[in-house]
Amino acid sequence: MAELIVISTLNGVLFGMLLFLLSSGLTVIFSMMGVLNFAHASFYMLGAFFGYQLTRWIGFWPALVIAPLLVGVVGMGVERYGLRNTHKHGHVAELLLTFGLAFAIEEIVSMIWGKSPVDYRVPAALDFPAFTVFSTNYPAYKIFMLVVSVVIFIALLVTLKRTRVGLIVQAALTHPSMVGHLGHNVGRVFMLVFGVGSALAGLAGVIAGPSLVTQSDMAALLGPILFVVIVFGGLGSLPGAFIASLLIGLIQTFAVALNGSLASVFGPLDPSLGASPLTDIWNVTIAQIAPILPYLLLVLVLIFRPMGLLGTRES
Amino acid sequence: MRKLIVAAAAALTVLGGAASAQETIKIGYIDPLSGGGASVGEGGLKTFQYLADELNAKGGILGHKVEIVPLDNKTNPQESLVQAQKAVDAGIHYITQGNGSSVGAALEDFVTKNNSRNPGKEVLYFNYAAVDPSMTNEKCSYWHFRWDANSDIKMAALTNYMKGQPSIKKVYLINMDYSFGQSVRSEARKMLGEKRPDIQIVGDELHPMLKVADFSPYIAKIKASGADTVVTGNWGQDFALLLKAAADAGLKVNWYTYYAGGSGGPTAIKQTGLDHQVFQISEGIPNSGNKAAMDFEKDFRAKTGISVWYPRAVNEMRMFKAAAEKANSIDPVKVAAALEGMKFEVFDGGDGFMRKDDHQFFQPIIISSFGTLADKAKEPFDEENTGWGWHPVSKIDTDQTMLPTTCNMKRP
Repeated sequence: MAELIVISTLNGVLFGMLLFLLSSGLTVIFSMMGVLNFAHASFYMLGAFFGYQLTRWIGFWPALVIAPLLVGVVGMGVERYGLRNTHKHGHVAELLLTFGLAFAIEEIVSMIWGKSPVDYRVPAALDFPAFTVFSTNYPAYKIFMLVVSVVIFIALLVTLKRTRVGLIVQAALTHPSMVGHLGHNVGRVFMLVFGVGSALAGLAGVIAGPSLVTQSDMAALLGPILFVVIVFGGLGSLPGAFIASLLIGLIQTFAVALNGSLASVFGPLDPSLGASPLTDIWNVTIAQIAPILPYLLLVLVLIFRPMGLLGTRES
Repeated sequence: MRKLIVAAAAALTVLGGAASAQETIKIGYIDPLSGGGASVGEGGLKTFQYLADELNAKGGILGHKVEIVPLDNKTNPQESLVQAQKAVDAGIHYITQGNGSSVGAALEDFVTKNNSRNPGKEVLYFNYAAVDPSMTNEKCSYWHFRWDANSDIKMAALTNYMKGQPSIKKVYLINMDYSFGQSVRSEARKMLGEKRPDIQIVGDELHPMLKVADFSPYIAKIKASGADTVVTGNWGQDFALLLKAAADAGLKVNWYTYYAGGSGGPTAIKQTGLDHQVFQISEGIPNSGNKAAMDFEKDFRAKTGISVWYPRAVNEMRMFKAAAEKANSIDPVKVAAALEGMKFEVFDGGDGFMRKDDHQFFQPIIISSFGTLADKAKEPFDEENTGWGWHPVSKIDTDQTMLPTTCNMKRP
């Protein structure tokens, strides 16, 4: 049991940190523009594929730097030439734009790299077990992912809270016109934030690609859960996104580890009732419903605490 | 009217023999070409297109050219029905599908209804991989033909092999949460209980189908259970990711699988370093030793870039041709009648036949293990450039694979 708890905690934290890398950009973009960027997970996928391609050409380490930058440039392009033009038509238009973009990116990626998973491997320098707990190896690469995520979290927090750039970004979130009047180019701030957010998603893709699977549906696999994270954590709140990511990562991994069901708590149903939907519900284990738990959480949070864990406003 | 044309066409063929390619035989390929199942679906499409080309190069079927029409169902039963209707509206009389028994059951129901409502516009459903036993038992249909051994047959063969492996003591079951995965788990429990009551089932997991990005939590659970053997029916990315997570955690167990050979699977197995510890049950393997099959494999790999995942698809298409020739017609009703009870020499050698009672094809079954190839001359084929390949460990003859059916076939 202790073994399962330790390993599940490690796995949960790791998955949580990956979620955070993705959601940090999304939550800042969301709070700034008021638009759910449906294409955010697509930037994550782009990061993974750019990372894969660049790794083949110039090696993993340069790719780790260049691929997120490329994704950031794509993101800035989307903001500058797409979102900024649709902004005047309201949020629905922006939403639809990112929605369409997500499909377009998926289609383009599968046209270039095909629909099968590509052979994106962990770099040889990190391909060894970092340590062994309870005879389970913990790969060094996963530790590397963890370290990168923590570094990014600290860097983001410091930038937003302690620097002048962060000050302007925060001001632009709540009082864009005032910031504009003070002589700052709000459009450029938006573009940069969008670029940085996309680049973070790209970075998550580059480092998650070898560990998970790199194929054209990876965005769809992770996309929906990001929205849970940012709503749960509170819109625009970086610490909120951090806590929510970790919580959801842990909930998901621990739920998988649990075998409890209504039947195991209250005892099996009377067999005379026969097979019915009720027996199905009675016998379903927590492990089986693990994947829907985050969404259940989303519903509950929206009902009981619409501003999220650490959010400040309700929309 | 249609019937008349078909009849006339058939008559022409008989009389003159000169009627060439009056009408193309279109086969609707309804399988995932996007979403989580896409990598497998694309491999299947390449296979069928290759097989169609092979038939066409030899003059097609009764002079008709064969064309594969790809229809993307996203591994979704509803979407599959839309695509099947689309196929019917386009005048297609043959559909083929393999990925996902949930889809298979929906299509089986679709053809049954369609054919009873639209006489003269019959559609045959050729199933090359949906292995839910119910499709040839309680839900059986006259219009459905299955070339893959159903999961009960495979499980019977697999457990017969496991019976002779005394090292197996603790078994963990992990499967995808849908009809096929559920039947694997319940049959494994039942058959292991009968054949090896001393084996302890230490875990029984169902996980969402094609939706899990990281299997590490599941692997941690397997590890904690102390299992020495895992039995899984996982396929596609759900198999590759499962093994990838096992490789990361350094899980050392024996794996008994249905679909380890699919896209990404061999690469993941190589990463685990489990040399000849991953077993697969299938109707054929590249290194089967059968000369014709191995020549086919070589050419197939050169042209498509993948291995022959589906020897059963080869059987399906070749048998379709044989049945059409036997019936001397490409009318689905006549082809269906000809297929019933038909004997056929299978791709990897040996006799198979399409049982009349339930339209289940019976064929020799091979259990193979994946690892280093000792004799490159005899076993030349590796998988996904890993240097590892499939090595046969046991062969079960056709008559040993027969299971009874509960099918009460309603014939038109």
